[in-house]
Amino acid sequence: MMIAAPMPRPEVVEPRNSGAAVFLNGDGEPLPLAMEAKNVSMWYGSKRAIDNVSLDMPAKAVTAIIGPSGCGKSTFIRALNRMHELVPHARIEGSVFLHGQNLYASNMDPAVVRRRVGMVFQKSNPFPTMSIGENAIVGLRLNGVSDRKFLNERLEQSLRMAALWDEVKDDLHKSGTSLSGGQQQRLCIARALAVEPEVLLMDEPCSALDPIATAKIEELIDGLKKRYTIVIVTHNMQQAGRVSDFTAFFYMGRLIEVGSTTKIFMNPNEKQTEDYITGRFG
Amino acid sequence: MTMQPMEQNQWQAGSLRAESGRMPDFPQHMRRKDDHSWRKFKSALVSALTLCSAVLVIAPLGLVFFHVLMSGIGAVNVEFFTNLPKPVGSQGGGMANAIVGTLELLALASIIGIPVGVLGGIFLAEYGTARVNAVLRFIADVLNGVPSIIWGVVVYGLIVLRFKSFSAYAGGLALGLIMIPLILRTTEEVILLVPVGYREAALALGIARWKTILHIVVKTASRGIITGILLALARVGGETAPLLFTAFGNHFWNHDLSEPIAALPLQIFTYAISPYDDWHRQAWAGALVLVTGVFCVNVLVRIVTRVRTASA
Repeated sequence: MMIAAPMPRPEVVEPRNSGAAVFLNGDGEPLPLAMEAKNVSMWYGSKRAIDNVSLDMPAKAVTAIIGPSGCGKSTFIRALNRMHELVPHARIEGSVFLHGQNLYASNMDPAVVRRRVGMVFQKSNPFPTMSIGENAIVGLRLNGVSDRKFLNERLEQSLRMAALWDEVKDDLHKSGTSLSGGQQQRLCIARALAVEPEVLLMDEPCSALDPIATAKIEELIDGLKKRYTIVIVTHNMQQAGRVSDFTAFFYMGRLIEVGSTTKIFMNPNEKQTEDYITGRFG
Repeated sequence: MTMQPMEQNQWQAGSLRAESGRMPDFPQHMRRKDDHSWRKFKSALVSALTLCSAVLVIAPLGLVFFHVLMSGIGAVNVEFFTNLPKPVGSQGGGMANAIVGTLELLALASIIGIPVGVLGGIFLAEYGTARVNAVLRFIADVLNGVPSIIWGVVVYGLIVLRFKSFSAYAGGLALGLIMIPLILRTTEEVILLVPVGYREAALALGIARWKTILHIVVKTASRGIITGILLALARVGGETAPLLFTAFGNHFWNHDLSEPIAALPLQIFTYAISPYDDWHRQAWAGALVLVTGVFCVNVLVRIVTRVRTASA
């Protein structure tokens, strides 16, 4: 399998405390990190879903989280913007840092966390009561922005970033649900980008899309990483290989291995990773 | 009722036997009479029973509407909608005050029933804990089953006795109290129908919880909530019993809501039990107007819900 070479080509040194890895650039300098999860464990009621995971997510790069169904990858990504708190009886231990700030500090408002760490979901979910234009800027409007000129600028800017502007610029008043599945998902990406998050989380964003729509989203992700840190959960290993710079392999709630995507796919350290990558299980 | 002719079914035991000249070796339980006549009889019987039940459900509606139409249409004219009732013995007159009175009572009932019902429904669907909700839901269902005259008695005790006067306020309160559990339950149900993905999407944008509920969830469910409100209005619009001890009725215009007020169902009731033929005709006309009004609200509900399915 051919894998796009990530730029710059990072190397991974041995994990320090339980799985955390330091990513180095070509000159041996550590890469700046956007997010760091430290010793994160999560429970649903009494069931442990995530077991002591520490993971670094470098800034302005795409980190893919792969693993078989039920391995905790979606649960983990939700801990990165505190979305798991919507699930009753969900509990977390450990900490998550965003540019050095602990998202679970007692003075952190979850709404503020989510404004800084945006999320795109598996199933596209534009609001059915709003037009395409309203959907794109709803995050700003309901966060108190009312300057019409600013909203219009941001509307065009975010739709352009989501590569949707040319397709919808004449239909901004139409219902968001009138778009095709792939367009709806790009509208959701535009909606998430409009609030200018620092990190964009994507939870299997293409699993409900056809190959052409998937290719468009992947192309989009490649463009977005110039400005944003992206963490993507995917079922599809080829997708992880195509879009990501770093890959983390989860199994049974544990982080088995993390490294540059090239290394994980070509020369993993762990037997379990290799078995999963080569399709021997999962 | 159409049934497949047997010959067309090549897998029937009968046709296999016709070809091979003997019964194929089916297990014992399948080797019964091969035309399934007993089965078909049972099927036809149950179909006929369900059809009869359906007719029994629809027939009263048709009969009532037809009868009310025939008896009432003669007295429904411009005068009926614009004039006050005439004293016994003089011909004509109308129910203008009762029609307006019913609308006033519905408005008063809405002031109490809609906010409490809708907000309570939102609480049940979005905020309450499982145990509190189970209790609230049970209470609302019990309240929905309370006979409407009980509400009249309750308001009589609470308001009418205290202020020593029948009043439009008391009537509106009685109707409003009936509306609360109706609206509460429908609001809760339609809010729970809003896919969880919309809540997640809004919260993931950093939108505050109350704004998410108000601008995303309730807005998405708004047509369903409006439907629930309209159906509750249609239901209480025809209530007579809770108004007997509260609004009381009035043969003249009501100029003060703390005075007794006329209502269409009350006027129908008063006229229908009177011994005068002229009043009977007026009662039929009132019944026709009331039924038509309720019918119109139901049609409106159909239109509201149809728009929803078209845009979804």
